Amino acid sequence: MQNLLEFKDVCLSYHTPERETYALSHLSFCAKEGEFLAIVGPSGCGKSTLLNLICGLLKPEQGEIRIHGIPLAQSHMNIGYMLQRDHLFDWRTIYKNVLLGLEIQHQTTPEKIKYVDNLLAAYGLDKFKDAYPSQLSGGMRQRAALIRTLAMEPDLLLLDEPFSALDYQTRLNVSDDIGIIIRQEKKTAILVTHDISEAISMADRVLILTSRPAHLKKQITIDLEIANRTPMSSRNAPKFKHYFNLIWKELNNDDSHLVRTAAISEKEKAR
Amino acid sequence: MTPISSAQRQYLKKKKQDNRIVVFVRIFIFLIFLCLWEISTNLNILDSFIFSSPSRVCRTIYQMYQEHALLPHIGVTLLETFLSFACVLVLGMACAVLLWSFPLVSRIVEPYLVVLNSLPKSALAPLLIVWLGANTRTIVVAGMSVAIFGTIISLYSGFLEIDPDKLKLIATLGGGKWDCLTKVVLPASIPLILSVMKVNIGLCLVGVIIGEFIGARQGLGYLIIYGTQVFKLDWVMMSIVILCIAATALYGILNLLEKNYRKRH
Repeated sequence: MQNLLEFKDVCLSYHTPERETYALSHLSFCAKEGEFLAIVGPSGCGKSTLLNLICGLLKPEQGEIRIHGIPLAQSHMNIGYMLQRDHLFDWRTIYKNVLLGLEIQHQTTPEKIKYVDNLLAAYGLDKFKDAYPSQLSGGMRQRAALIRTLAMEPDLLLLDEPFSALDYQTRLNVSDDIGIIIRQEKKTAILVTHDISEAISMADRVLILTSRPAHLKKQITIDLEIANRTPMSSRNAPKFKHYFNLIWKELNNDDSHLVRTAAISEKEKAR
Repeated sequence: MTPISSAQRQYLKKKKQDNRIVVFVRIFIFLIFLCLWEISTNLNILDSFIFSSPSRVCRTIYQMYQEHALLPHIGVTLLETFLSFACVLVLGMACAVLLWSFPLVSRIVEPYLVVLNSLPKSALAPLLIVWLGANTRTIVVAGMSVAIFGTIISLYSGFLEIDPDKLKLIATLGGGKWDCLTKVVLPASIPLILSVMKVNIGLCLVGVIIGEFIGARQGLGYLIIYGTQVFKLDWVMMSIVILCIAATALYGILNLLEKNYRKRH
């Protein structure tokens, strides 16, 4: 399978008048076509930064990001981004919310609208087309947010802890729901989360980052040895616990303070 | 419909009763005030020449109405108020959007805005007369001057409070600054705009009256100043009463608009 996305030695820091914060340090990884990748790491380790880089909201200070082998800035790939909260606009109906992206891109063509209509019908939201977001449950809202993202027909989906604002029960249901939809639509996806179980239940491969400045600590391919896995059935797989312990251990023996000093002294050397 | 329990019924009854008391006492206070005013002037406790009285105010309104001397004054003041209100709305929005679009500009002009906003605008009125002449334009500008700076500041700070993640969403969908403005900032700010406008209509009225005090031949402000100069205090009192009614009505209209909007969303 071809690499859809490739990070090569990417570095980025945040600048404030008080200090420079190293967010990513020499991060390299790749994502294959059709793969579901999960990225876990301690909180504040720069996971969201990573997604901002992929969708072009931030530019790397060093290193490069390639899509299908082409530098990110020159690639015209559609990238869909799902944020932590659904951010459906209260003043728009669900239908209008879902069409927001197409509206912005001036692509409200009949075919595209038909595609959106099909998505709404397929995922049970057509009844709520004319409802306002406040009338929907948290799970339904998150589904509408996913369809808003899918409406752009993205080749790559970025999920930034999209379930963290939901209560536990809804969270399990919605992650199951959305995991199935993403597999059905055969999208490449990158999920950022701090929930280990969520990562294992949804992903084909889990990347573990160190704490700030983040770099790749380990990657684990998830093979639960069950047929037609869904996020829910994955949680019941016998090997689930094994992966959980593996990742848990990796996250807990964090030697990042050493790495941080190394990174800083390296920068100083460069000066 | 589920049947209403007796506790709920009692609660509703109590609530209704409270509301009734509030309305009743409000009206009662008003009537007491009118009666005291009327009686004390009739008994010469208050000098009706200086303090006027409800009956004299009513008579003056009737007389001036008969002489077609009242409505033009009210009309002029209202027209000027509406004009300055509309200008504040358009100009205030435009400036707030400008500041939001160019953060550097907003940082540069911030101290100027603060100074202009806290400056007592009545101090400007005499200058405006000298600069612009004694005409409607001056009075509209005086009306605007009271409301405009506060409007810009509150709209701009409202724009800044919009959830940055909502703007990020627009960016991830490929939208630019214009999309952020039209799809998020403006629609999300409609409640704010309505509440700012609710305050503004009153402020514009204040500015217009200040303007009319100094440089007008018509309007309620002119009537108040002229009435004091020729010691026709009935005119002054009448104008104040009409201003009370006008201010309440203007506020009421915008309040209604706001309620209507909230009901729909």
